[in-house]
Amino acid sequence: MLQYLLKRLLLMIPMMLGITLISFALIHLPPGEPDIIGAEMNPKVTKQVREQIRALYDLDKPLPVQYYLWLKRFVKLDFGTSFAQDRRPVISKITERLPITITIELLSMVLIFIVGIPIGVYCAQHKDTIMDKILTSFVFAGFAVPHFWLALLLMLFFGVHLELLPISGIKSFNFSELSLFQKTLDMTKHLILPIGISALGGLAGISRYMKNSLLEVLRQEYITTAYAKGLPEKVVLRKHALRNALLPVITILGLSVPGLIGGSVIFETIFAIPGMGQLFFASVMSRDYPTIMGILVMGGVLTLLGNLLADIMYGLADPRIRVG
Amino acid sequence: MTIQKNLFSIIVIALLLVACSRTKDATRYDDPGKPAYGDTIITGSIGEPSNLIPLLATDQPSHAVAGNIYNGLVKYDKDLNIVGDLAESWEISKDNLSIIFHLRKGVKWHDGRPFTAHDVMYTYKVTVDPKTPTAYAGDFLLVKEAKVIDDYTFKVTYAKPFAPALISWSVAMLPKHLLEGRDITTSPLLRSPLGTGPYIFKEWIAGDRVTLRANPNYFEGRPYIDQYVMRIIPDTGTMFLELKNYGIDMTGLAPLQAVRQTEYPAFRREFNKFKYLAFQYVYLGYNLKHPFFKDKLVRQAISYAIDKREIIDGILLGQGVEATGPFKPDMWAYNGNVKRYDYDREKAVSLLNEAGFTKGSDGVLSRDGKPFEFTILLSQGNDVRIRCAELIQRRLSEIGIQVKIRVIEWASFINQFIDKRNFEAVILGWSIPQDPDLFDIWHSSKQGPKELNFISFENKEVDDLLVKARHTLNQEERKRSIYRIQEILAEEQPYTFLFVPYANVAIHKRFKGIVPAAAGLEYDFIKWYVPENQRRYKTHATVSP
Repeated sequence: MLQYLLKRLLLMIPMMLGITLISFALIHLPPGEPDIIGAEMNPKVTKQVREQIRALYDLDKPLPVQYYLWLKRFVKLDFGTSFAQDRRPVISKITERLPITITIELLSMVLIFIVGIPIGVYCAQHKDTIMDKILTSFVFAGFAVPHFWLALLLMLFFGVHLELLPISGIKSFNFSELSLFQKTLDMTKHLILPIGISALGGLAGISRYMKNSLLEVLRQEYITTAYAKGLPEKVVLRKHALRNALLPVITILGLSVPGLIGGSVIFETIFAIPGMGQLFFASVMSRDYPTIMGILVMGGVLTLLGNLLADIMYGLADPRIRVG
Repeated sequence: MTIQKNLFSIIVIALLLVACSRTKDATRYDDPGKPAYGDTIITGSIGEPSNLIPLLATDQPSHAVAGNIYNGLVKYDKDLNIVGDLAESWEISKDNLSIIFHLRKGVKWHDGRPFTAHDVMYTYKVTVDPKTPTAYAGDFLLVKEAKVIDDYTFKVTYAKPFAPALISWSVAMLPKHLLEGRDITTSPLLRSPLGTGPYIFKEWIAGDRVTLRANPNYFEGRPYIDQYVMRIIPDTGTMFLELKNYGIDMTGLAPLQAVRQTEYPAFRREFNKFKYLAFQYVYLGYNLKHPFFKDKLVRQAISYAIDKREIIDGILLGQGVEATGPFKPDMWAYNGNVKRYDYDREKAVSLLNEAGFTKGSDGVLSRDGKPFEFTILLSQGNDVRIRCAELIQRRLSEIGIQVKIRVIEWASFINQFIDKRNFEAVILGWSIPQDPDLFDIWHSSKQGPKELNFISFENKEVDDLLVKARHTLNQEERKRSIYRIQEILAEEQPYTFLFVPYANVAIHKRFKGIVPAAAGLEYDFIKWYVPENQRRYKTHATVSP
């Protein structure tokens, strides 16, 4: 097992190299160049200044050289400095935004699972009943409705009309003057809408997976056996069926690890949450190569780790797949 | 059962807290009251400031915040005249080559150190340093010699008289004692600035807000409003909801919001709306290398065929005025007496006939067998301009010109099309500089790659006038040249100047003393106040530094 792990980890190095190379090539494919000092369409910037700046940031060098320079820094775990006008180290730009994004993504994932799985189970148990159809329609409607629109409506309703929830941001104006309990309450109030709405979109996937995989399991012979030996339905469902049916769902859990740092541009923009989605979007639009690379590399690492984790979990769950 | 009971009581308590946390302000705001110190203004911004050293930032939010923290040597007053800021007075030498600034005495940086001519010298030096990544070096590179005469006297000399020289010293003065000998691009001042201005930096929560507090020792007097907060709200819809919900006190309004969505009594009870002409114009620019657009008659014909009134009424909902040239009507440089192109379809058709175009059986104009069709190129994300293009498309199709519209992402738009001169016509906007120097956009020498005369405009007389206007310090003489340039541009129509939009701003009614002027709204922000009985936020007394 240890040897297998070691092998997998070592294999990740060339894969990582490939990921960086492809990412680097891809982000340089769209035309355009970072506008480091705000020189675009700016009458006050002379040609000489423009050339100086390009040279200062190595933008005048051929791409392979730029990649090599980036790689040289990267192996020392230095992601460089952002090309945006704040000129901050990429790593601090990312770490500053990670906590809030991970919090929101984690909470909404938890919400998706604790609501989605029961819905799936219920629908499998009561297949083709009215309730099944209503729930299915509900989760699909939640999946299909444009979330920015729903968000604005809910903000208008809960924020402006009922004045129950704050409209945007994650902290109130007087946050620093609040007690710990009030602070928690304040953050919670700010997070209800963003998390609720983003979870709504994820319900459909999980509940469908759950329903189908449970239906599959319920058709198995050992379930019939369980019923035959007189076990009550509850026990059959919980002890025999659900456990096996959960396997594919757990796989999805493993695969959504990289998504935890992705964030969502739309949510973050509408709710004014300073998260990763906004950062990534802004970096791409302004061709902020060091920041884009930083985020892509982190995403790459997490994907590779997530895959590894999923493989190991398979092995733990199912002895037939166990290796080494 | 007990758990459920607990949960229930927690929910009840939470709901009660929620209900108590907001009380509606019932105060009437119509009483102008007396100026008083206190309260907080919360503004909203779509973008986050990039950094708070103005030398290193070109984005609007950065300058909006930094403008309250720093001062320049000179500034514009409400009518766009140059007045002293950190400089008490100045002398311009007889040969118009040098300026001697006499600085205000007793001005202190926010940390208590005195402001002197050495700070001015440092600001100049760091700006022209090739290692400083700044967009503002251009004007200072023309300085031949800068000299500190004594602590409160500073002299600059130019090689040639330079009209924008004086106002180029309105840039923010930076504290030498904190920056000299250090790399300005990694300075802590980027995130926690220190200046001489009316507000002192307090806090910056990344991605969320920037907070400033009043400077009790400001040399023009302590500002009335105790705190300035800029909240970052990237979505305009959310911003508008926050305004209605009193989450912010001040925001810009889109035409639809200004004209329709804020016209109800409850809004009028709580907010004042202001409007002034924005420093901006939108135009349809022609690639003058294009075989059809080379011809002045064709450009004039298109200008006649476009109904600017319809664009302003239909798209801007009346929130704009027709542009006739590169300035807005309330500037001293604006010449309103130029040739106008009011909508006139007949005239457009006859001009095109004169230029040799004939209408084919399909209704499309053509010359020498080539049909008159072209593409208007636009950058993504500006709906107003895209809708303008659609109206222009319809108006031109009425006289037999086929127009296509293509919308492209900004970076590609600039690099692939504008820089490579690979376009037929574009709709773009320029911000109007407060100092009316047109050299970089219209001089024929500015056609190189990345330069701004990308439509390839060449006119000998304009070239001469631009140089003349640039190298005189006599405003009357400068004005004559600039007036003549506007006449030529109006005749030549290298652009069809479309409109100057109004900037609409909603501000909560408790703020008094706001007077819109040519310079906008915030030129005397430190004089805004909230009467004591209308105050919303009880801020703690400002502690002197």
